[in-house]
Amino acid sequence: MKNVSLITRRELQSYLRTMSGYIIIAVMLFIDGLLFNAFAVPGTAKKSSEVLADFFTLTSGITMVGAVFLSMRLIAEERQTGTIALLYSSPIHDVEIVLGKFLAAFLFLCVFFLSTSYMPILIAVYGKVSLGHIFAGYFGLMLVGACGLAIGTFGSALTRSQVVASVLSGVMVLALTTCWLLAKVTERPLTDIINGLAWWGHFDAFRIGLVHVKHVAYFGLVTFLALFAATRVLEARRWR
Amino acid sequence: MIKVEGLTKYYGERAAIRDLSFNIEKGEVIGFLGLNGAGKSTTLKVLGCVLLPTSGRVLIDGFDVTKDPHEIRKRIGFLPDTPPLYDEMTVEGYLEFVAQLRGVSNADLAMRVRDAMEKTSLVDRRDDAISSLSHGYRQRVGVAQALVHDPRLLILDEPTSGLDPVQIVEMRELIQKLKGEHTVLVSSHILGEISQICDRYLVIQQGEIIARGTEADLGNLLGNAGAVELEVHGAPQKAIDVLKTVPGVTDVTVLKLDGEVASLRVVGSGELRPEMVKALVGAGISLLRIDKAAARLENIFLKLTHGKEAA
Repeated sequence: MKNVSLITRRELQSYLRTMSGYIIIAVMLFIDGLLFNAFAVPGTAKKSSEVLADFFTLTSGITMVGAVFLSMRLIAEERQTGTIALLYSSPIHDVEIVLGKFLAAFLFLCVFFLSTSYMPILIAVYGKVSLGHIFAGYFGLMLVGACGLAIGTFGSALTRSQVVASVLSGVMVLALTTCWLLAKVTERPLTDIINGLAWWGHFDAFRIGLVHVKHVAYFGLVTFLALFAATRVLEARRWR
Repeated sequence: MIKVEGLTKYYGERAAIRDLSFNIEKGEVIGFLGLNGAGKSTTLKVLGCVLLPTSGRVLIDGFDVTKDPHEIRKRIGFLPDTPPLYDEMTVEGYLEFVAQLRGVSNADLAMRVRDAMEKTSLVDRRDDAISSLSHGYRQRVGVAQALVHDPRLLILDEPTSGLDPVQIVEMRELIQKLKGEHTVLVSSHILGEISQICDRYLVIQQGEIIARGTEADLGNLLGNAGAVELEVHGAPQKAIDVLKTVPGVTDVTVLKLDGEVASLRVVGSGELRPEMVKALVGAGISLLRIDKAAARLENIFLKLTHGKEAA
């Protein structure tokens, strides 16, 4: 645990001291604000809770894409600059490297979540929404973020190029987003299984303020599997 | 300290190192010599627990690299061919991070970091960002991170590469200072850079050890024992005749004739230089230079590697 926190602290420092993280978050906030104004706010006779639900939908998409870009450097950069040798030659486990880096990226992503809070606050000021709805929505966003970062960490472990890492993770996220297209041309029970893989289907409940264990379990499972795969890739690299 | 038996490492189909075996005793400074691509870095990475071997056994302090890598990692300091530095950190912050990573307790942390910075003359630059450091300083930070947790074994992969002559001398002095406290394994492809600081050398070529021993042993291997090179001014034939009368001299050859100056090579047994100087001066021949041919590691190395390629 000590090693995980050590890696997390260093990685977080790196996010805070270099520009790339800030730029990614700034772009995410800019697009989020723009879409919020363009799609969530307009509309006649819209309930506040509907505006809030739309805000969560938009933000979840941006979180997923942003997470891929935030995590692309995590391991790829270490391999590119050769610092991975420092971690490999130190008495720490590969899973500690992966967890430490993932946690740092997650904490940094929370800066984005905090920065978006002005939008729900605006809705609450001008309309009427329950605190529970806001909390459920943000909890869902954190799960989406964790899932995206975990996939990004896995992509980052696969290559030494950050660009290739982001493309690989992007393809994986895209597959989890558009698998309903595949479900359209398959038969039951395959249709249900493939539909069940789509992450936004599981976010649907959170956006309207509901927390279901099965949806939490979905995001938890994808995050776990991606981090597990990233760890195995790191281990396998020692054999090459 | 280190026991390597039949170490082999394949990258895909290609063998980077084949069936290496060697032992290193505690407190020794070992020079690991080879051209680029000979397999030096791969061997050191296996010893540094960065890569796992395809086959063979590597024991460090009695622990096996495949079975107890953690125990080994606690005991080693590894400097890879590119120093593993985080540019955005300060020198001191980075060394603290590495020390904690390698298990230095909080009570010892400040002392260990200061000690490493003092040994590598980095105290004045402790608050500088690593990105602002010159190549020489980066290399020093690389060495500092390898010794910050006071490891028993230091593995330095080409610590002198890319340094200017002054920095090379400083690095050699640094390694000499570490002698005794640590067992040191240092690699290089430029032999002059590590000659005289190592107790023994291992010469590796195409993934195999082609020679091993002290500088003198390597010289003997090539029949260079007792060979002396000298330069005389004027009358080379007279000098050859005089030298041949010195007891112990078996052969004298002319290496180079440059106007009045002749370079000669004398082969014989034992220490012949005092007698040779006496004889030459007695005969009125001006002696410009005299030294042992075997002391030149470059020659040994070139012969060994060329011999291998020719075979």
